[in-house]
Order: sequence, then structure tokens, then C-alpha cells
Amino acid sequence: MSCWQPRHTSYASAVLLCTLLLGGCFDSALSEYKRTGIIYCSESNPTSFNPQIDTSSTTSDAVAHQIYDRLLEFDQNTGRIIPGLASSWRVSDDGLTYTFQLRRNVAFHTTSYFQPTRNFNADDVIFSFKRWSDPKHPYHDVNGGLYPYFDSLDLANTIASIERINGYRVEIKLYQQDSSFLANLATDFSVILSAQYGAHLSNQGNPEQIDFLPIGTGPYAFVDYRKDQFIRFAPHAQYWGQTERPQQLIFDITPSSSIRFAKLVTGECDTIAYPSQNELAAMQLNDNIVVQEAAGLNIGFWAFNTSKAPFDNPKVRRALALAIDKNTIMDAVYFDSATRARSIVPPASWAFSADIPDLSYNPVQARALLAEAGYPNGFSMNLYAMPVVRDYNPDAKRMAELIRGYLAEIGVTTDIVTAEWDAFRTQLAQGLHDSVLIGWSADNGDPDNFYRPLLTCSAIPSSTNRAMWCNDEYDKAINAALLTNDIDARKTYYQQANKLIATQLPLVPIAHAYRYRVHRDDVLGLSINPYGGIQFSEVKKTQQVQP
Amino acid sequence: MIGTLLRYFNLTFITLLILVVLSFGLGFFFPGDTLTNLIGEPQGDTTGYTQLAQAFEREDILAQFWAYLQTLAQGQWGHSLSTGLPIAEQISQTFPATLELSFYGAIVSLLIGVPCGMLAGFQHHKLSDYSLMSVSMVMVSLPVFWLALLLILVFCLQLQILPMSGRLSLLYNIDEHTGFVIYDILQSDVSFRGDALLDAIKHLILPTVAVSFITTAVLLRTTRRAVVDVMATEYIKTAQTRGLSFWVIFSRHVLRNVLLAILPLFAIQISTLVTNVMIVETVFAWPGTGSWLIQAIYERDYPAIRIGMLVVSSAVVLFAMSIECISRLINPSRELQYG
Repeated sequence: MSCWQPRHTSYASAVLLCTLLLGGCFDSALSEYKRTGIIYCSESNPTSFNPQIDTSSTTSDAVAHQIYDRLLEFDQNTGRIIPGLASSWRVSDDGLTYTFQLRRNVAFHTTSYFQPTRNFNADDVIFSFKRWSDPKHPYHDVNGGLYPYFDSLDLANTIASIERINGYRVEIKLYQQDSSFLANLATDFSVILSAQYGAHLSNQGNPEQIDFLPIGTGPYAFVDYRKDQFIRFAPHAQYWGQTERPQQLIFDITPSSSIRFAKLVTGECDTIAYPSQNELAAMQLNDNIVVQEAAGLNIGFWAFNTSKAPFDNPKVRRALALAIDKNTIMDAVYFDSATRARSIVPPASWAFSADIPDLSYNPVQARALLAEAGYPNGFSMNLYAMPVVRDYNPDAKRMAELIRGYLAEIGVTTDIVTAEWDAFRTQLAQGLHDSVLIGWSADNGDPDNFYRPLLTCSAIPSSTNRAMWCNDEYDKAINAALLTNDIDARKTYYQQANKLIATQLPLVPIAHAYRYRVHRDDVLGLSINPYGGIQFSEVKKTQQVQP
Repeated sequence: MIGTLLRYFNLTFITLLILVVLSFGLGFFFPGDTLTNLIGEPQGDTTGYTQLAQAFEREDILAQFWAYLQTLAQGQWGHSLSTGLPIAEQISQTFPATLELSFYGAIVSLLIGVPCGMLAGFQHHKLSDYSLMSVSMVMVSLPVFWLALLLILVFCLQLQILPMSGRLSLLYNIDEHTGFVIYDILQSDVSFRGDALLDAIKHLILPTVAVSFITTAVLLRTTRRAVVDVMATEYIKTAQTRGLSFWVIFSRHVLRNVLLAILPLFAIQISTLVTNVMIVETVFAWPGTGSWLIQAIYERDYPAIRIGMLVVSSAVVLFAMSIECISRLINPSRELQYG
């Protein structure tokens, strides 16, 4: 029997060798076919395919710049408003009438579920805008009837009328001047839907489909979506922008950030959403991965509930602000991925004032101020730390622990509170917090998008004003800034507001986080869009195989 | 023979019925409304469930169970709580992927485990026996999820020669007819068929290895034991003294008896295999019933958990029972030899 042992062993080794060789064959470059498509590993499922009805960034990323266009766009580098579907526009001298000249020969997507017979015109603009602004619009109540972005700005009530002048000209009248109006029309949420598709769906009796099988004018048309798996897009052949686009665009839904990173390394993703901050260093070391970095339009802050004693006393607020060492917080929480904040707008914004002093760590002065305010022995307070990760605060709980340590030094005892995200926001809305670590990401380039929701009196009921701070002087400045289109005049108002924030300290600005875009080095034309979702309209893959 | 068939048919039927009763019971044990746990939240059309809903109004548990059986038989398996989609449709989309992976895992286990086990058996108490036994011991002791992660670490992240998730790159848009990816690719008439096939095979390698690891080792060990037992019998000794060549003894006497001995043990291994497939699917993001079920558990999608459990356990029961039944049919006297 032993005579066949060598034969069998050699057979086994032959099998092993074959396997290795076969493995070797697979170590080949990507096939040419694979170069024709882009795979973006996104973090979650979009709730719908219409950013009008949902402010989540997952939805914006998936559709806002892929499927749809807006009348106006933001220039990604300068933040200026540039033409989109409106080729030009005019604002009347009183600032109340906006006239948009629309682009001609813009085709809607032709898909398996809808074949348009006409191009984009004024009817589509009116259909799309009236959907959120006019409660009598047939589609207003379809799929919930809530338009969170427009509702939070109360935009429907600032618009007096939307009129069709001719097929390619639309006039919008406002009740009062609003210099952020154009910026609002350039956000991810102000997309243009097809009126003809709306009519078609109404005839068929399933209007709900408008937000789930989308039709737009954007660079890509919707093909297929499977929950937890993928969204498939095909290039829109008659796209007016005439850019060169890959033959396929696929969103590979991958919720875990470490798996997204791993798939980026193996080349299964060309670019990924939300790279985790502690993996960025490893990504930068990888030769095949490009890490882009840009200042983000966001602010992470520590807000005091100014409606409660002792936080209604500016001296107490200043004392608490002086007690914390922001440098240590920056190092421990943001690593190297943020800049220190001095006011609520980031330095990139034109409303930023360079002359605002930054409070530095001074526990001695903090104790003196507390004594002056009548609390020589300190007091106890709670500190709400948000439970979720956001760019502007990647680890609120860690930050809260650091702050608790600093406050202990000036005799203030701190109780850290956190809860599930929905419950957390409910408790904040009820004003149960003494102070809270939270933040804000702007939706458009206009500074009003920081000043108004964060600190005006009217933002207390809509619970974006976490400091519950109401200051007449501040409100006057913010409102006045909207009544003029002159940037220099607006700047003066915002500097006045910056000064008020710096002296009154309803909140302690902590950091402006950078935003990151990570992709494989063979992907070109992908940049960080500070004003909203990711854009794939100019993306392509280089043809040569990387060594 | 008919007696055996009937016996197995009965056994299968009763086991399946118990599973259905269990799944019905889950509707009561899960928190929330029982009827909702059973039918979920259908979007729009609820006609398939009127009978069940009526039975629940009457509070007669037998009528409820009878109505439940009927809706199950009609393919009305309820609707997911998280998406509102019919669960039967989701199962039909994901189950082929699971079957495919289990099938390849089983084939690989058989192709590697049985020959290696025979080698070890013939080399009883020699070096190759000892080395194969120690290797298989290590293989049995490796936790599957850890092994899967290790494979990803080495072959995907370090060597970068194999993909780590899914069953086919999303760039290859192949229409799903059967849900079996290799078959669908071969059936399609796209220009990139060769590329897609290679890509699908690359995606298959690591999950298959991870799935088959433990089963291979167990098969190796059982085959070795069977070979050793058979080789020690009198009839082999007689054949050897008659001077028959090794191959004649092997093919006439050893092979059949060994295979008959390991077949029922392989049936038992199916449940291990399926459990491993579930874990591996999650690690490799394989779009099968296992990862779908785990997602359902995360989302507390009770109707989906209930049906997922029912489908997976029924499949295990059906496969294990058929293999057992076949082995009884071809070797009715098994108990007498190895009882």
C-alpha cells in the first residue's frame, strides 16, 4: 500500500500548485470594462429620491446633483451663485421681484417608466416650486406633505406669487426683501421636477411614485435601487451640460465605515462616503488613495441654556468659556481635522470678522468671574453630549468628559447626559439642558444660514436655537442684513452680530471641522462640494492601469 | 423501500409542521401586535390576509393557525415592517445566493475532505496521517467569523488579489433570472460575459473557503475513521491475502463502504454548513438570506425574522432528511454494521 504514497503526495502537490497558479492569474489589472463605471460606497439608504421632502445628506448625496438640476448653482470654489437651469436672472430694484430666464433644449430623462415628450420649460419650475409653497398644489400632500428645508425657513410664506411670463421666463414675487433667497434656490433642496411626469402619474393614479422613481434633468438617470445593496444610475444622454461621464454610476450601500475603507483599499469602491477620522492617517499612507481636505461650512459649539439661571448671566457664561482649554479639546477630539472656531461662521465665509478675540484658557480669571457673579463656591450643572457622530463633533462624549474635568477645577460639578438621538433632541427642545455640545452644518453659502437658525428669537420654537437666547439687538442686525443686497452693508451687520456673540457668549464656538473626500487615484474630477451633496457630473476614470 | 420512504416522509412532514407551529408561536412571543408580527405592514393590498385577520377577530387559536397555514401555503408570507415589501419576494431574491454558496461549500468540502480523509486512513499512524489530523484539528477549532476576517485581511487588504464583498462587481449588470450568479452569467448574452464570470469566481473563492473550512475538516476526520474501520475488517484482510492489488480492493470493497458510512454524517454537517454560511454572508456582504436575516434582526423586523427562521430551518431539514433517506435506500442494513 505504501507504494502509492509518493504518487498521491505528488498529486496533492500538483493540485496545490494549480491552485496557486490560478490565484496568480487573478492578480491581473482591472479589466477594461470595469474602467467604464464609478462605484461610490455610500453610508445608508436614501429615504426617498427627492431632496425636497427630506433634508438627510444621504438623500442629497444620492439624488440632488445626480438626477436633478436647480435653477441656480453654487460655484464650488468661490461660493458665488452661478446659472443652472436659469441661464440668467434679474432682481428688481426693490428686491421683491425675481425674473428667471430659463435654459432652452434641456431634456428630461427617458427611462423605462417614463418617456417625456417635451423639454424643460417654465411649467416645470412652477410645478416644482408650488409643490412645496402652495398647499393647494395637487402634489403638495403627496408623500407626507412636509418640506423640512423650506418649512424651517418659512419660505412658502415669503413668496407672494410664482408666475409664468412665457415658456422660458418665470417671475417670483416676495412679500419682503430676502437677500438669501437666491442662495436658497441654489441649495440641494430646490430641485426641478418634471410637470409632465407629475401629470402622467396623476393619470395613472399613483402620484407617490414621483419621489421614488425620479425623473429629472440631471447628468444621470435613475435605473434601479435595492435597499441595503445598491442604487444604479445611467448617464443621461441628452444632458444639457455636455460633460463626459462614465457609462455607469453605482452607489454601493455599505453602512460600516471600516468596511468602506477596506473596499476602497481593494478597489471595490472608487470613492467612499464619510471616511472615519481615525482612519484618515492610514488612507493618506496608501499610495492608491487620494485624500482631499477642505474647510467645511460647519460649527461645533457648546451652547448654554440662557433661559435658565445661572446661565442667563453673561459673566457665568464667560467664566465657563474661560475654564476650558480648547487646544486640548482640539487635539483629543478632532485630531488634526478641524480649525479652532472664534465665531459661528467659519473663516472661509465673507461674514467672518478677523478682529474677534479668541478666549484663551484662564481658570484663574474664570474663578474670579464666578465669584463676581455670586458663585464663589461654584454650582452644579448638566452637560448634554450628542450621541451621534457629525463632522463638527466627532466624539461629543469624550469632549464632555474633558469639559467636566476643566469645570471641576473652577468648582463646577458637571453631570453628563446623553440619550438616543431622537429622545435627545426632544429633551433639548423641551429645554431640559443646562448646556449642550452640538453643532450646525450650513446648507448654503449664505451667512444667514448660520446666524438665523442658531441664535435668533424665532429659532427658539423651531428648536434650532439651542442656547434659547433671544437678543433684540442681534435679531435686528440679522434681519437688517437680509434687507439689502449690498455685501459690504451686510458685512457690517454680521460683524455687529459677531461682536454681540463674542461679548454675550450664548455659546462657546469650538471648531470648524474639515470635510474630506477620499477616492482612488484613478478617479478624476471629484471635488468637495461645501454647499451640499456629492457631484459626479464631471467624474471619469483614467484609462491607463496604475502600476 | 416504500416503508423507508414513507417513514422519512412522515418524519419530514412532522418536523416541518413543528417548525410552522414554532414560527406561528413567534408571532405571539415577539413584542407588539400578534397579527402585525405575522403579516407585517403591507403597502396597499391586504386581500391575501383577510382570512387570517378574520380568524384573529374570533380569538380561536386553532382557526388562527389554520388560516396562518393557508396564507403560508398561498405564498403570502407577510410584509417586512421596515420596507413594507413582501417577504416572499425578498426571500426569493436572497435564497438562491445562500443556496449557491452552501452548494459550493459542500462540493469543496467533499472534494477535499473525502480524498484527504482516505489518504489519512490508508496512512493510518504514519506521518501524513498525523499531519492531516493536526491540520484538521486546527481547522475545526477556527471560529468561522475570525477565519473570514483573516482571509479578507490577507487576500484582500494585504495581497489585494481578491474582492471582499458581494458576489459580483456591481459594474456588471447581469439580469437575475434564477438568482444563481454563475448560471445567470452563462445564460446572459452581454459582451462582457467572460469578464463577469471571472469576477464572479473571484468573489466566490474566499466565502467558499471560509464556509467549507470546518465541514472539510469534519469530513476528513469521519472519512479517515471509516477507512480505518473498513480496513480492519475481515473481508479486506481476506482480499489482501488473496493477493488482490490495492486498486481492486479500494474500488471494490473500500470506497463503497466508506462512502455509505460518511453519507449520513454529511447530512448532519448540513446544519453546520448553513450556520457557517449565515456568518460568512454577513462578513463578506454576500446578498443571501443569512445577511438579510441578520439585518432583519437588527431592525427588529419580526415578520421577516419569523419567515427567515422558517425558511432556513425548513431547508436544513429537507436537505438533511433527503440525504439520510437516500443513504438508507442504498444501504438498508447500515445499522447492522455501524449501529
